[in-house]
Amino acid sequence: MPEPTSIPVRFTTAPVSLYRRAVNLAMTSAAGLAVVLVLLPLGAIFAYLVYKGVGALNWDFLTQIPKPPGEPGGGMANAIAGTGLILLIASCMGVPIGIGAGIYLAEYGRDRFGDLIRFTADVLNGVPSIVVGIVAYSIVVLTQGHFSALAGGVALAIMMIPTITRATEEMLLLVPNAVREAAYGLGVPRWRTTLSITLRTATSGVITGVMLAFARVAGETAPLLFTAFGNQYWNWKLNQPTAALSLQVYNYAISPFDEWHKQAWAGALILIVLIVVAISAVRIAASRGMLKGAS
Amino acid sequence: MAEPAFGAPRLDAPQPVAEPQLVTRPRVENQPLIKAGSSHIADEIFRYAMLACGLCVLALVAIIIYELCKGSKLSWHAFGFSFFFRSEWDPVNEQFGALPFVYGTIVSSILALVLAVPLAVGVAIFITEMCPRSLKGILAFTTELLAAIPSVIYGLWAIFVLVPLLRQYVQPWLARYFGWTTLFSGPPYGIGMLAAGIILAIMVVPIVSSITREVMTAVPQQQREAVLALGATRWEMIRTGVLRNARAGILGGVILGLGRALGETMAVTMVIGNRPDIAKSLFAPGYTMASVIANEFSEATSDTYLSALVEVGLALFLVTIIVNILAQFLVWSVTRGMPARSNA
Repeated sequence: MPEPTSIPVRFTTAPVSLYRRAVNLAMTSAAGLAVVLVLLPLGAIFAYLVYKGVGALNWDFLTQIPKPPGEPGGGMANAIAGTGLILLIASCMGVPIGIGAGIYLAEYGRDRFGDLIRFTADVLNGVPSIVVGIVAYSIVVLTQGHFSALAGGVALAIMMIPTITRATEEMLLLVPNAVREAAYGLGVPRWRTTLSITLRTATSGVITGVMLAFARVAGETAPLLFTAFGNQYWNWKLNQPTAALSLQVYNYAISPFDEWHKQAWAGALILIVLIVVAISAVRIAASRGMLKGAS
Repeated sequence: MAEPAFGAPRLDAPQPVAEPQLVTRPRVENQPLIKAGSSHIADEIFRYAMLACGLCVLALVAIIIYELCKGSKLSWHAFGFSFFFRSEWDPVNEQFGALPFVYGTIVSSILALVLAVPLAVGVAIFITEMCPRSLKGILAFTTELLAAIPSVIYGLWAIFVLVPLLRQYVQPWLARYFGWTTLFSGPPYGIGMLAAGIILAIMVVPIVSSITREVMTAVPQQQREAVLALGATRWEMIRTGVLRNARAGILGGVILGLGRALGETMAVTMVIGNRPDIAKSLFAPGYTMASVIANEFSEATSDTYLSALVEVGLALFLVTIIVNILAQFLVWSVTRGMPARSNA
């Protein structure tokens, strides 16, 4: 019997050609370069916001209303309050409807009709914000006869609903069926099960969705241009034109006055702080585990 | 004909069934522990309330379509389909044509995609295939943050940082070395199509890269291992094992990015220059469909003017919807079978 060791067995890797190694290196570094190129504007935007914004930020900015052009000082207090008011209106309308539609999709919408609503929500999600503005103008402003905070709220609510709906549905579907069955087994009616057991279990996930929708609309400008319209003075009435932070930033940014440019940066800084706080809160809530009660 | 034997069971008739034995027990034990009461009525009410919320979503889209169609009727009757092929925009003489806006929207979006897609795919490759685990979360979070910045802040940054940069350094350089293409000719204003394209690219990158990442994660690990086992380098593995399998989904991400770029309003309005001209040079100011609505809607004086703007909105709406549906279909074709995940 011939010895098998007569042929020496060696595993060697075939040499990788220089060309292939060069291409590999080039492409790998290109991907790294892409990351740098994408992070660069992000870094630049945040750096400028902080650098220019902090310089223009002071107590007057947070407590005063705008001064006429040319006069130094003044602030955006009314715009900050206006943004709060509009977001409050939007949340009051958008959050219940969005969560309700999400519950319908998760608990009852396992059929063709549910698919239709799901598809429509995705369509609604892709509608350009300026188009939402036109629609809010047609249904609220034209009916009321003037620009109003309510119209701005309606526009933002329309933009919030699809995001909240899909997020709620996703979160409710993550709740194990055993939890529902346990409730049914105890004789709890279905509506009570959905509200007190399923929705309760998915609470933090649903809040995540709501906060994401909130962050998305908080900085929206386009739908407010001809709904809330902006206002140089205080306004708490729902049916009057109202200032909003994003609108004010836009108007000041395209204005020819240096003083206003500074204020635009400060306004933008406040806006971004608002949004980053919302997003970070979501991130922390999500990393703590959104379905604590279920598992 | 053989008759069945007398007394044999007839198979086509109801079989005799043993009389069920009724066990009678005290009624009390049959009652549920918790009295259900009229819970089925409450259940029905709840179900219809939730259905109403669902119908709201349907109704909203219906209202959007209805209002846009109603609003644009006047302009549709005046100009018909040629509205989209006429290039004069003259509010004083009530002559409206949307061609400059359609052109500006298409050019700025395509420019944005040309700049954004390679970067976005590069970032997605880096995050899914190359970077250490600890960096992954941070990078993903950072790119998401980029998506959360409001467009008015992008616009603000573009006006005061990007535009001067373009005017002083980039545009003269481009004009000197690439001026012969006629794409980069004319005076370097800074504002214009190029600035709009760049700011749109920055805004589109997060969307394209997060979708691309999602699709690339959906490619089975075995694909990568198989290609590596054949002796491929890392790039060859990514190209043949990952990108090729994920291409439909990546295309979906790109189209989704296109949808966002088409509908983007504020940042573009702030830097594109807002002039309804069709110029070949990317340095020249332009106008997009979204920005003409943003700029002129609240000061539209005549009904025809307003109606023309609504018609531009309707066209924008229809195009964005078609683009989005196409994109979702493509993404879904790759990630189908994966458990639903939120993009959060």
